[in-house]
Amino acid sequence: MNHHPGAWGQPLPAHAQFDMFNPGQSYRQAPKAAPITHTQQPLVTGTSVLGIKYEGGVMLAADNLASYGSLARFRDIQRLHPLGKQTVIAASGDMSDFQWLKKELDSILREENGLSLTDSHPSLSPQHIYDFLANLFYARRSKMNPLWNAMLVGGWDNKKNESFLGFVDLLGTTYSAPTLATGYGAHIATPLLREAYEDKAGIDGKGPLLTAEEAEKVLADCMKVLFYRDARSINKYQTATVTSEGVKISDSKSVETEWGFAESLRGYGAQNQ
Amino acid sequence: MALFDQRPAYAHEPTVAPIEHRFSPYSDNGGTILAIAGADFAVIAGDTRQSEGYSIQTRYARKVWQLTDNATLATNGFAADGKNFVKRVKQRLEWYEHAHHKPMGLKAIARMIQTMLYGRRFFPYYVYNILGGIEEDGTGAVYSFDPVGSYEREACRAAGAAQSLVQPFLDNQIYFKNQTPAPGAEAFVPGRLPMATVLGLVVDSFTSATERHIEVGDGLEMYVVMKEGRQTTDLTDEGQLPAGMKVEELGSMGEGRGEKTFLVSMPLKRD
Amino acid sequence: MFRNSYDSDNTTFSPQGKLHQVEYALEAVKQGSAAIGLRSKTHAILLTLKRSTGELATYQKKLIRIDDHVGIAIAGLTSDARVLSNFMRQQAMSSRMLYGRPIPVARIMQGIADKAQNNTQQYGRRPYGVGFLVIGEDETGPHLFEFSPSGTSFEYYAHSIGARSQSAKTYLETNFESFEDADLPTLINHGLTALHDTLQQDKHLSNLNTSIAIIGPPAPAAEGEDNVSSSGAAKRGSFRTWENAEIEGLLRAWRRSRGEPEEGPQEAEEAERLKRDQETHAGAGGVGVPAAAGGEAEGEGAASGASAGAAGGAPAPAAGSEDVNME
Repeated sequence: MNHHPGAWGQPLPAHAQFDMFNPGQSYRQAPKAAPITHTQQPLVTGTSVLGIKYEGGVMLAADNLASYGSLARFRDIQRLHPLGKQTVIAASGDMSDFQWLKKELDSILREENGLSLTDSHPSLSPQHIYDFLANLFYARRSKMNPLWNAMLVGGWDNKKNESFLGFVDLLGTTYSAPTLATGYGAHIATPLLREAYEDKAGIDGKGPLLTAEEAEKVLADCMKVLFYRDARSINKYQTATVTSEGVKISDSKSVETEWGFAESLRGYGAQNQ
Repeated sequence: MALFDQRPAYAHEPTVAPIEHRFSPYSDNGGTILAIAGADFAVIAGDTRQSEGYSIQTRYARKVWQLTDNATLATNGFAADGKNFVKRVKQRLEWYEHAHHKPMGLKAIARMIQTMLYGRRFFPYYVYNILGGIEEDGTGAVYSFDPVGSYEREACRAAGAAQSLVQPFLDNQIYFKNQTPAPGAEAFVPGRLPMATVLGLVVDSFTSATERHIEVGDGLEMYVVMKEGRQTTDLTDEGQLPAGMKVEELGSMGEGRGEKTFLVSMPLKRD
Repeated sequence: MFRNSYDSDNTTFSPQGKLHQVEYALEAVKQGSAAIGLRSKTHAILLTLKRSTGELATYQKKLIRIDDHVGIAIAGLTSDARVLSNFMRQQAMSSRMLYGRPIPVARIMQGIADKAQNNTQQYGRRPYGVGFLVIGEDETGPHLFEFSPSGTSFEYYAHSIGARSQSAKTYLETNFESFEDADLPTLINHGLTALHDTLQQDKHLSNLNTSIAIIGPPAPAAEGEDNVSSSGAAKRGSFRTWENAEIEGLLRAWRRSRGEPEEGPQEAEEAERLKRDQETHAGAGGVGVPAAAGGEAEGEGAASGASAGAAGGAPAPAAGSEDVNME
């Protein structure tokens, strides 16, 4: 064993011979060629998505941009996707992985609907779809071949008569909360969402929830702040609501922004000094 | 010491291989768990905050799971691994019950967990497990594990973000380390404290860890597993529990011998 | 011995359009002792008649738990039932693991029906020699299904399979319209009466030969306070089985409802019968059961066949001997 402190904690390669007269040099080797991995990196990406529970439903928001690095490449893509009558998913991260995922989930739901023709059993609930997604993401990360997304699942459970909101990401990490946000939004929007939610419902969430109008207003505010601060966002977004009535995905909309102050900022626009 | 002044020559050389951004399959979701065994009961506890870096992901995510009428498992580390590990443990327990028409004993669950963890020795579950419950001989027991399956039975164990804050406290209070019995008094015996004392120590451990560790807080869940014959009033009687606790008796899961499991929960500070 | 030249290969139709191996498999189900299932708006229950291969053997279990919300009663080859029930457990668990959803009962039925159908269409395979009654509860309420080796599965209000099940069916057919709104004790009493109808003349329902499985909200007053309080499954309304001492209360309530003595006839008659047996066989110098018991009907003679052989005197009853693997 190499007792030199610099080598503490470093495993000895299986074939290495210890050179007692030159301990530091004993198992140096030329770097190997990179190992074969499924490792990828996201290419065309969507930025944060937001979600909040409100009285009688859940609301998600995502803008319409898919970036290629820092290039605002696709400016009219939809990152909200309905699954059946009571669930919506919202995706940030790699958009091609998201498209593949939509195709997979649609096919599962199609099969499910086919079966329910004979047994009249209700389709997968939001919780069931969420559990499936969590398993899929975890299985893919365990194969070192992740789906490079952070997703929100929003829904209305007709049986329990309550809303559902859950998060799952490329590591298979899952959690639920009354307000959720992915990516940059987790840092920028989460405090705003939590504040709005808890101001009304209280920290135990037992008070009255936001109304649909209030929820929409909070999401619009968050999307505006994100548009100001997130360089990968655009001022064009959609919201999805899920209630006992079903799923509604809005047309694209934008928020009023104010850039007048920018003229006085050094580094913005054409300036001489 | 000259030996320490200079790292070996190779440590200074630049890496020749190109720097590659590799996918890392792990994360650390903070939080802390803890379990203490009594003579005929065990307390298994965990906070409910789940975080990543400085972000609180959620203020309520469970880390403690009832497995059988006499076994409860706490997991800490990478939450996704924890959840999936527990799921697989429960799956194995179900097949055991199909085959044997009885729930698996605590000792056997402990050994099974070691086998399952070691089975992933080269792609470990990044999870620290603490198993608590009632042994087949009726004694309260705690088993603690490292991520690759090393395990031992103990009187108490803390793990997770605030392990280094809580364990020394438990060593002092449960194992009586650095304490000397009063002259003429009986020698200390670990693992014999009354339930009210143990619950008080658990609450103090978590309120203190919440003060001093940013990854601990939001809520506390304590699962109390009691041997058959002990009464619900042992827990709910005046003076057994600090004020502000919610107590819920969890229904029997199978054909147990009459062990009872309670979930005692309380809020922790959210800052 | 072949019945005709079309029955050695299960994939070949006879000119009459039959698959004889499949028909024989259905016969195997009829060799097993009876199983009965009933369903109300709130509950689904199974009742079975257990058999013992001899006085030294225990009564074979006929009820198998698949998941919290699904359980089966079997009639036919026990070993085939084990394979199929294991498959059902896998299906049920995979639904729970993947979707966190208890598998819908109709889907698990479709699963085993497809599996059984495969065996009727592939060369070199044989159909399963076992039939199931399956009870389960899902988002659409409680269900009762029958699975048969021919690869079909049908849903029923009430149904019976196994030996002498036609008598039970007759009872169920005349009464099933009241089952829908019946409470659990009434449903169980109907079930026990139907099960009783499958018995031979001098046999009775006892806590040794009767077992009951229930899915649906617990009714401690009927099921027994002790039974329910010591069973987590019962408290949750999940699949639970009652047998031996646990069933005594249910049997007593049933006898009471029929205006019979609560203790039941078996104690007195059993003692009398044993006495009679000893007298009969004292001369033959062996222990056994009366020859009259063997050969009387299909499906009741395993014990008599074996012990008659041991006695060395009485001829082994041909029609009454049965496979010990049949339950």
